[in-house]
Amino acid sequence: MKYVDEFRQPEKAEALFKAIDNLAAPLSDKLARAVHIMEFCGGHTHAIFRFGLEQRLSKSVELIHGPGCPVCVLPMGRVDDCVALAERPEVIFTTFGDAMRVPGSQKSLLQAKADGADIRMVYSPLDALNLAKKNPDREVIFFALGFETTMPSTALTVLQAAEGNISNFSLFCNHITTVPILESLLDSPTFNIDGFVVPGHVSMVVGEKPFATIAERYKKPMVITGFEPLDILQSLHMLLVQLQSGKPCLENQYARVVQKAGNIPGLMAMQKVFELREKFDWRGLGEIDKSGVKITEEYAAFDAERKFAVPNLKVDDPHECQCGEVLKGEIKPWQCKVFGAPCTPQNPLGALMVSSEGACAAYYSFGNTKELLDKRQEARPSK
Amino acid sequence: MCLGIPGQIVEIIDAEKKLGKADVSGVKRVINLACIVDEDNPIQSTIGQWVLIHVGFAMSKIDEQEASRTLQLLNELGEAQREILEMELKQQ
Amino acid sequence: MAHGAGGKAMKDLIEEYLVGQFAGKFSAPLEDQARIDLSEILKHDNMQGGKLAFTTDSYVIFPLFFSGGDIGRLAVAGTVNDLSVGGAKPLYLSCSLIIEEGFALDDLRKIVASMYETAREAGVAIVTGDTKVVEKGAADKLFINTAGIGLIPFGVEISVGAAKVGDSIIINGTIGDHGASIVASRQDLALETSIQSDCRPLNHLIQSMLVASSEIHCLRDATRGGVATVLNEFAEASRVGIRLYENALPIKDETRGICEILGLDPLYLANEGKIVAVVAAQSAGVVLDAMKQQGFDQAAIIGEVIAAESPQVTMKTIFGGEKMIDLLTGDQLPRIC
Repeated sequence: MKYVDEFRQPEKAEALFKAIDNLAAPLSDKLARAVHIMEFCGGHTHAIFRFGLEQRLSKSVELIHGPGCPVCVLPMGRVDDCVALAERPEVIFTTFGDAMRVPGSQKSLLQAKADGADIRMVYSPLDALNLAKKNPDREVIFFALGFETTMPSTALTVLQAAEGNISNFSLFCNHITTVPILESLLDSPTFNIDGFVVPGHVSMVVGEKPFATIAERYKKPMVITGFEPLDILQSLHMLLVQLQSGKPCLENQYARVVQKAGNIPGLMAMQKVFELREKFDWRGLGEIDKSGVKITEEYAAFDAERKFAVPNLKVDDPHECQCGEVLKGEIKPWQCKVFGAPCTPQNPLGALMVSSEGACAAYYSFGNTKELLDKRQEARPSK
Repeated sequence: MCLGIPGQIVEIIDAEKKLGKADVSGVKRVINLACIVDEDNPIQSTIGQWVLIHVGFAMSKIDEQEASRTLQLLNELGEAQREILEMELKQQ
Repeated sequence: MAHGAGGKAMKDLIEEYLVGQFAGKFSAPLEDQARIDLSEILKHDNMQGGKLAFTTDSYVIFPLFFSGGDIGRLAVAGTVNDLSVGGAKPLYLSCSLIIEEGFALDDLRKIVASMYETAREAGVAIVTGDTKVVEKGAADKLFINTAGIGLIPFGVEISVGAAKVGDSIIINGTIGDHGASIVASRQDLALETSIQSDCRPLNHLIQSMLVASSEIHCLRDATRGGVATVLNEFAEASRVGIRLYENALPIKDETRGICEILGLDPLYLANEGKIVAVVAAQSAGVVLDAMKQQGFDQAAIIGEVIAAESPQVTMKTIFGGEKMIDLLTGDQLPRIC
């Protein structure tokens, strides 16, 4: 596969592992702890675990897996809203597969489907719009979820619906934005991350500027990064070079895909269709100002929240969950009180156990250290 | 999340609706090209182009030169590491 | 129950095919059961001290027709394979169809013909059957149940619990083809691909492996839940660890493409023509050769059995890291947005 295989060559990684160790060791000595690098995006977390990169990485570098999985940070109350919408008899509720298993306070979409709700997985929001065209007597709702990466696709779908006067199509908008959450993490007094692997596909949409501004304001090294293993390793190397030189800035490792200005047609569509919410609730982190978007007045006809009454109740996470601390890198997932028992991927209590891109679920499923194996063994019912 | 995958545009399906067909490792699907076409880049010019595909949309044209440049940097780093290693071996 | 307009026509069709073609010498049309002479069974080799193997499975699949097969082929191959992985030579199958009223007769005809073809390919006889036509909505188009009887000769001892430290893990070809083909056949994803399901009976292959080596310890077909699930079953039952090598896994380019597009892991995709074998290391070569001689060119050693404190499956990634290959929580869902 072109543009994939070239960036997955194991033999090229060896030099990187070595170079990373050479740079990180003295930095770590100076800090008297490992260098903390956060990858913000769930896609990066997934790749790191999928290729087992963490075990090969210098002990002087510690990866903190940030809150970049939109499925994980979706509040339970919003899942309840989805279920309520999906259970309306006139509704065909469409969603990406990712969201199917996320638990609400009563049930997940998968359970609602088993109970008879018409819920369908789609690959693209345009597929949902096509369903609406084919089923004029039904109301098709698309569960719009994801960071900026996904926003142009849903915005363009709404614009197409408006153009075609498709009145039985609407979005349940739960899009969230990366920059406010990053700022809120950086503002936290206990937060000690030395550099950031910046989401490549979010940057592909928003461009370099939003992250350059943060890098400058908080004096933190940041590198826009692709999703193949060599991309991630190269980016770690670039971050360490920045730390060594003491000149933090934003760099773009993923220049084959990310243009400086981002994606202009996509941004224009987003500007027409979406506007910032006052605040949005994040599972495990609480409410964060201006961290989500809703549909503008002009396209209100395509807003499921306006079209149908949603319960919109806030449901608190179980208080014993320590997702917030894990997200900020204060504790490792397996140090959480409930990790492995009772919180497991089969029965997630906390946000980070929900999707395979969540840090806790990734450690639980793929991790291969002694601590994790012991935890898993405890959690497994003995046969 | 944010899953994106490179594919090559092999056909224009509907110029007005900005739909084209992309090939990913022999698997084809109709995708929307609205994010990569404008007045300077007409839709016909995208045939043969490699793009980054996300949820059925071509989100970015992949820049061949930038890709080679990234790989070049990786090769150079590999060279440099090899030299360091050789030097270390000599010293021993 | 009240049959719809299709009921009578369907009954005729079933009689035409199932009774006419499958039953043959084993059943008198008016009897309620197939009758097999015991002498037919005892004439097979090594039956003194051998065992009778008996299995059943129900087949429900959407879509009913997919690239490389259909529910009929699946229902015959699946049960033949379930018998074969126990070391049995499959002989007789039963077939029971539950048909939703109004189901297209042409489709039914095609499916029944496909069952017949697949049975012939495997060298088994479908000796008895039943059909029920149920009201619209009471079943989804067509469900098929098949049961099968086979013979395990004396001396063949294959079991999920028999894996030993040092054994090699062998697969007979590319993984995930069936799952990828099914995903691609679903119209809602609108993917175009030439990938075909690997759905096929494997009894001839397995028999030739058993002839080649007496040191095949475990065998299982990697159907639902894929290769990862079978390996976890082996590890758990044998109380061992299993280590896979990512760079040794045979995967078709198109399967990879589908997995990359949808965020799926081929290790968990279903197969309908793939077996995973655990074989003593010194026999791995001859077993592999036997597989290749049967036309399975992509057969490969993909891992080994290792000692472990607790049963587990891990994979050495192409980057040298090691990750857990755990049992999946429910079905694999596309990971897209």
